Amino acid sequence: MSTAAPTAFEARPSGRASAFWQRLRSGDDIAYVITLTCALTILAVTALLIFELFRNSALPREKFGWSFLTGTTWDPVVGQYGALPFIYGTVVTSALALLMGIPLGVGAAIFLAELAPTKISNGLTFLIELLAAVPSVIFGLLGIFVLVPALVTLEPAIRAVLGWTPLFSGPFYGVSMFSAGVVLTIMIIPFIISISREVILAVPTEQREGALALGATKWETTWNVVLPFAKKGIMGSIFLALARSLGETMAVTMVIGNEPKIHSSLFAPGYSIAAVIANNFAEASDALEKGALIELGLVLFGLTIIINGFARVLVLSTTRKGAK
Amino acid sequence: MIRRIAVLNLLLAAVVTIGAAQQVLINAGGATFPYPIYSKWFDEYHKKLPNIAINYASIGSGGGIAQVTAGTVDFGASDGPMTDAAIKEFQAKRGSTILHFPTVLGADVPTYNIPGVAASLNFTGEALAAIFMGKITKWNDPEIMKANPGVKLPSNNIVVVHRSDNSGTTFIWTDYLSKVSKEWEMKVGRGTGVNWPVGLGGKGNEGVSGSVQQTANSLGYVELAYAIQNKMTYGKVKNAAGEFVQASLASVTAAAAGMKEMPEDFRVSITNAPGKGVFPISSFTWLLIPSKIADPAKKKAIKEFLTWMLADGQKLTEPLLYAPLPKAVVAQELKAIDRIQ
Repeated sequence: MSTAAPTAFEARPSGRASAFWQRLRSGDDIAYVITLTCALTILAVTALLIFELFRNSALPREKFGWSFLTGTTWDPVVGQYGALPFIYGTVVTSALALLMGIPLGVGAAIFLAELAPTKISNGLTFLIELLAAVPSVIFGLLGIFVLVPALVTLEPAIRAVLGWTPLFSGPFYGVSMFSAGVVLTIMIIPFIISISREVILAVPTEQREGALALGATKWETTWNVVLPFAKKGIMGSIFLALARSLGETMAVTMVIGNEPKIHSSLFAPGYSIAAVIANNFAEASDALEKGALIELGLVLFGLTIIINGFARVLVLSTTRKGAK
Repeated sequence: MIRRIAVLNLLLAAVVTIGAAQQVLINAGGATFPYPIYSKWFDEYHKKLPNIAINYASIGSGGGIAQVTAGTVDFGASDGPMTDAAIKEFQAKRGSTILHFPTVLGADVPTYNIPGVAASLNFTGEALAAIFMGKITKWNDPEIMKANPGVKLPSNNIVVVHRSDNSGTTFIWTDYLSKVSKEWEMKVGRGTGVNWPVGLGGKGNEGVSGSVQQTANSLGYVELAYAIQNKMTYGKVKNAAGEFVQASLASVTAAAAGMKEMPEDFRVSITNAPGKGVFPISSFTWLLIPSKIADPAKKKAIKEFLTWMLADGQKLTEPLLYAPLPKAVVAQELKAIDRIQ
């Protein structure tokens, strides 16, 4: 045994190969290969996903071409499928959720990280993280049985304040794009709060001490020093929230009204991509409808990439400005 | 003594082997609507014959048709009969044909929420079609008033609620509307999902009933069993004989009995069926069984299960709020079992 090892070692060619073996023995290359495999697996899964979505949607792609994206009719009886109302509903509800969720979430995170006593902060954070683990169907049920009736009672107040805009006109039945936006807001807030709080807490104490030493007030320190420092992480939490709201299915379908039409009023019902897939896939009437639903999946995938890319460019440009 | 134990062991081993050989595991899947009664049946049948186990996955009617065509389940189940094209595809793939066996009946009822109106309303098919097309928009429309003498209806707009998910319930509803209204048939048509001219979509029976209960002046449709379980108000519907009939298990069974000529393959819509006492928005739900089953043990088990389902099984339907098959259909199906080979 003791003689075998050196012989084997000597038999190896010198140069690059032996250097590789040596590095392998030290563990670096093993770690490299293992982590590379992990990374490649994720890439392969994503590629496979796109490939499968593309392959299984061949039927509607051939039949409708690009007009699938601009079509506004969804009629399984005559086999006419268009995606625009679903794209519209998805974008509008997610935008609403971010509009309401970002100020609420980031505000709460600032309070929990900077202003609240540690005990309260830890307790509240624990509760908020629990909220993130609640299954979305629960949010949907709460939405339809609690939130929708509540919104119906609140409607005159909302209308009194915002009724002059076309966004809050027309009859309100409780289920609407607005209701879906509110449910999504509640669902994404825990993500924004818990990640943003961690990021803000990670800002080095020296930064704060420096600002305070220069005579800044506590709020000035938070607003001018801590938040810019934590900006990238907060943006990360918002991306995660956006991804969740774009792909949310159960909670949205229960409160959005499920009408595939484009209305300018947020009080009107709408439909989202994830919701129509969940609603119709199991009982799709024929191969064309099934294909059209799969193509909608592809559209959602593309939409997510475009919105995420757009947001990233936005972040990049603002952080550069901040660096100046 | 030792020898005796050895003999006993041998005997036991023999019994176990025979038992294992007779163990039959059947996989099935499909419609969700009849799932409660199917799981009850398969459970009761397993208690009766412990060596036969039938697994049922409630994956939806479309899934049931797809899986039985692909051969991944031994039989399927659907709330709507397979189309000619689907049967052709089955024949091309499996080299035999598919047989439809009605199991129980279900129905759709119109349910509504009008503040101040407690009476059970009467609906004509024409009025329902016009409301769901958006042509009748107010509760006090003459077409509705005419059918409800003495009921004070408000002048409010009707909020239509329909299913947003594709479902057999929607198929029955749109099939009925297509039969009573040519315009509906031309412009909207029948299907598990359609392009609704008006209305809000609710997911599942619970979504529709939730929206109806929370929206004043709304009108929707749900399954009869769901309406009974949840003690919902639902209206009477005018049948082909001109009577306004309240949906009940008896009036739904009557719809199937009213069919004078049952086709050989049982693929028939019984909405708007003729006859007195018939509730017009009723339908069968079917098991989809291949005409050729290669495994003799499975074939025997499925045929025996069908025979049991048509006799003892039918007695279990009413507590679960499914309408049992009429006697004539049972007799015809018992004959059809011989077509499984």
